[in-house]
Amino acid sequence: MTREPPPADEIALRVENLDVAYRVRGRDRSVLRGLDLQIGRGETYGLVGESGCGKSTAAMAVMRYLPRNGRITAGRILIDGHDVTLMPDEALRRLRERSVSMVYQDPGRALNPSIRIGPQVAEVFTLVGASESEAQTRTLDVLRRVRITDPERVMERYPHQLSGGMQQRVVIAMALAVERKLIILDEPTTGLDATVEAEVLDLIEALRAEHSTSVLFIGHNLGVIARMCSRVGVLYAGRLVEEGPTREIFAEPRHPYTVGLLRCLPRRGTSRLDERLDTIPGFLPASPMAVSGCIFHPRCAMAQDICRQTEPPLIGLGGGRSSRCHFHADAPHLPRSTRPDPAVRSAVSEADAPLLRVEDLGKTFDSGGHPVHALRDISLHLRSGETLGLVGESGSGKTTLARILLGLIPPDSGSRLLLDAESLPPLPARRNLDAVQIVFQNPDSALNRAHTVRRIIGRALERLAKLRGRPMQERMLQLTHGVQLADRYLSAKPRQLSGGLKQRVAIARAFAGTPKLVVCDEPTSALDVSVQAAILNLLADLQAERHTSYLFISHDLGVVRYLSDRIAVLYLGRLMEVGPAERVFRGPHHPYTEALLSAVPGPDGTSRRVILKGEIPSAVRPPTGCAFHTRCPRRIGPICDTEEPPLSERDAGHAIRCHLATVEMRRETTGAAGVPV
Amino acid sequence: MSTISTAEPEPAGFRQPRFERTRLLLRSPAFLCGMAILLFWVFCATVGQSYVDPLGDDILNALAPPSADHWFGTDQLGRDLFARVIAGARDILVVAPLATVLGVVLGTTLGLVMGFFPGPIDDIVSRVVEAVLALPLLIVALIALTALGTSNLTVIVAIGLSFTPLIARTVRAAVLTERNLDYVAAARLRGENALHIMFVEILPNVLPPIVVELTVRLGYAIFTVATLSFLGVGLQPPSSDWGLAISENYALIGGGYWWTVLFDALAIASLVIGVNLIADGVAGVAE
Repeated sequence: MTREPPPADEIALRVENLDVAYRVRGRDRSVLRGLDLQIGRGETYGLVGESGCGKSTAAMAVMRYLPRNGRITAGRILIDGHDVTLMPDEALRRLRERSVSMVYQDPGRALNPSIRIGPQVAEVFTLVGASESEAQTRTLDVLRRVRITDPERVMERYPHQLSGGMQQRVVIAMALAVERKLIILDEPTTGLDATVEAEVLDLIEALRAEHSTSVLFIGHNLGVIARMCSRVGVLYAGRLVEEGPTREIFAEPRHPYTVGLLRCLPRRGTSRLDERLDTIPGFLPASPMAVSGCIFHPRCAMAQDICRQTEPPLIGLGGGRSSRCHFHADAPHLPRSTRPDPAVRSAVSEADAPLLRVEDLGKTFDSGGHPVHALRDISLHLRSGETLGLVGESGSGKTTLARILLGLIPPDSGSRLLLDAESLPPLPARRNLDAVQIVFQNPDSALNRAHTVRRIIGRALERLAKLRGRPMQERMLQLTHGVQLADRYLSAKPRQLSGGLKQRVAIARAFAGTPKLVVCDEPTSALDVSVQAAILNLLADLQAERHTSYLFISHDLGVVRYLSDRIAVLYLGRLMEVGPAERVFRGPHHPYTEALLSAVPGPDGTSRRVILKGEIPSAVRPPTGCAFHTRCPRRIGPICDTEEPPLSERDAGHAIRCHLATVEMRRETTGAAGVPV
Repeated sequence: MSTISTAEPEPAGFRQPRFERTRLLLRSPAFLCGMAILLFWVFCATVGQSYVDPLGDDILNALAPPSADHWFGTDQLGRDLFARVIAGARDILVVAPLATVLGVVLGTTLGLVMGFFPGPIDDIVSRVVEAVLALPLLIVALIALTALGTSNLTVIVAIGLSFTPLIARTVRAAVLTERNLDYVAAARLRGENALHIMFVEILPNVLPPIVVELTVRLGYAIFTVATLSFLGVGLQPPSSDWGLAISENYALIGGGYWWTVLFDALAIASLVIGVNLIADGVAGVAE
């Protein structure tokens, strides 16, 4: 870990006083102001902040890949002592070819869809002068190094024939193929499953150590940053507000924005019954130039007169730390912006009759004549006012289960769905629609972009609450106030709203009637952490008030833990483990749950990581015996390959599908939820 | 409800996207030029034609070259060609847009149904559409008009119907992506029927490609009407339609009477170019 800035000749990247502006409608809009940072050789430097803070702009500026309307208006960028901002095109091309490479968020867009993987990776080598055959062997070698099994076959494939995780590994292989001085990673694992993410991060770390390459790592996931980076810089509205060694910053942040960001995450092991999440009030300024004094003061609970008048400099705190705050010493004691007391104190009692009962649910799709079991033999129950968390990698059947509950697709015959002890018809046509509603993952897709908010909510009230005219208008205002949506947004269309506002509209729509069960399908995965915290608080409040049950689907285990009373773990359409949240997290775990929990990045997460080999098998040809045996690190023997274990109850209400005896299962694995504060 | 947690940000750049599109259109030089040309001909067809006399013949002055009296010269019957070109805008500017609108309305409906009901309906209709598209449009219209007899109405119907499959295909493609979006699932969960989902939920979101298609088709329609008139199955005398005029006069070119066809040809060309420029501008903004 680097304590002091490295000596000058050991600096791979130095950014000095960088200003970047985008020209929007004939006016310059400042995106980065006075950015100073340096990355030493072999160092991993993290840049964090919420969307719109200028992280990606900084990455693009370093490569001089700014969009057409973007411009570096001041400052210098030195890579290996050469100023990128002054470089002629030819030198810039050579720089991108040999010294610096970049991995973007979406691997699908970084690969040329019409060139096979082999030639595409080989080009990296031929560009630096390798012969055709030498490039071939080196390609094989580099693909093997990113742990792609069977690289010969992968080289023959086109990008679209690979999964997202494989594509990202190929992109990383290309970025790390030739020895680079600097690699820029712009949210390289967003959109990947937790187990794949963990593997990709390990890989980056290993390759970095091997070549002592410097890495600029951009991310919004604080857990990932904490795991990967030795030093971190926090960006807010184009300003670096805090910088220093990662561990110290996350342990004791000294800028109110960093404090706020960290508090937005559910603390390890806490749930909505313990405390309400803190949020950052207000919003990112639309034009940072118009804010006088400290850029953060409009959202800061400790702002004084001096904050409104004078912008603080980046104040050195010793030990390589600095903070752009007049009151940096008081920052850890930032007052909360929400009341800490939880919306509900007690969970539902075990004695309550279940609201929803799912028995022997199965769903078989037909794929070119072959039956594909998306879900098999699922039995669950959910009580009124309870939250059931549903976790599992993509392809595990989470969304299929949600769609069946909603009636969007029918289950196989023989499945039984009971709501309030009455049979739930398989299709919406014959249902009381009001009873089961959904909050979708992607608010852009969930809201009709041609309709206004008033129309979206109004129509739901007409259909679900059977209200019209004045009563409908009154109910609409009640509902929008309930989700904290200002009246002026009623006439807006979805594209005019931010992600968090859109999700509020979607939540209001789901609660238009009197839903007994609301399916939340990753409702916060598209949102920034501060917005996520506000939405999670809102969901908890609505639940406390309406006594609604939630089926909460998420890949973020910290969020699932926070909101859920019970948790169900799905793998390849099979229920692997189900039980009270705190027992599922504490263990003993199913080996798959153990791997999922250990994949959650946290600063102490690397030592006891359970590495899963390969990817989730295809549901077309599922493994025989236990569905998980092909990847299971704790496989006990041939019995796992041939015989499917039953879902057996280990303690009260906690059932696990595994041949392993309870006593042999591990308890309490590593980091459960993001960063400890 | 009694929560006090954070009020959400007012998003940056809160403004009306509809005005934004209009503003972008008004900034597009192609759109402005096209619009100027189209408006000029609309003006001729509405106001202009009442100031000229396209039928007044002066047989003694037949086939006079352009002069101060007759700016565009006269035809075989001594009718003033300037007056006839101005008045010629009228019929084509009624027939072509109506044919286009008919084609777009039918095509949009068909496309919505095809895109929304995948399976047998879509399969069957798609094959029929492809079969129709394989035939040359002009030949189909020609045969239809010969069979049905020609009148303004039959020209509109023939061109409209021949446009339908093309537009249906465009709309179907757009609907296929829309119907998988979650707002359609949300509408189903409110118990909306298929008609509501197709026309109230999906249609407004597939309008941009439809509007682009409409402007592009209008250009084709103008050209097709002129061609059909030239071939004798489109607009009929005594209309002073440009295509018809060219067909009446083109035999005279050999005799050196170039002015009898030149101005009509330029009129057709300018109107088609004008509409295509508008289509260009609209397509640029619709993206």
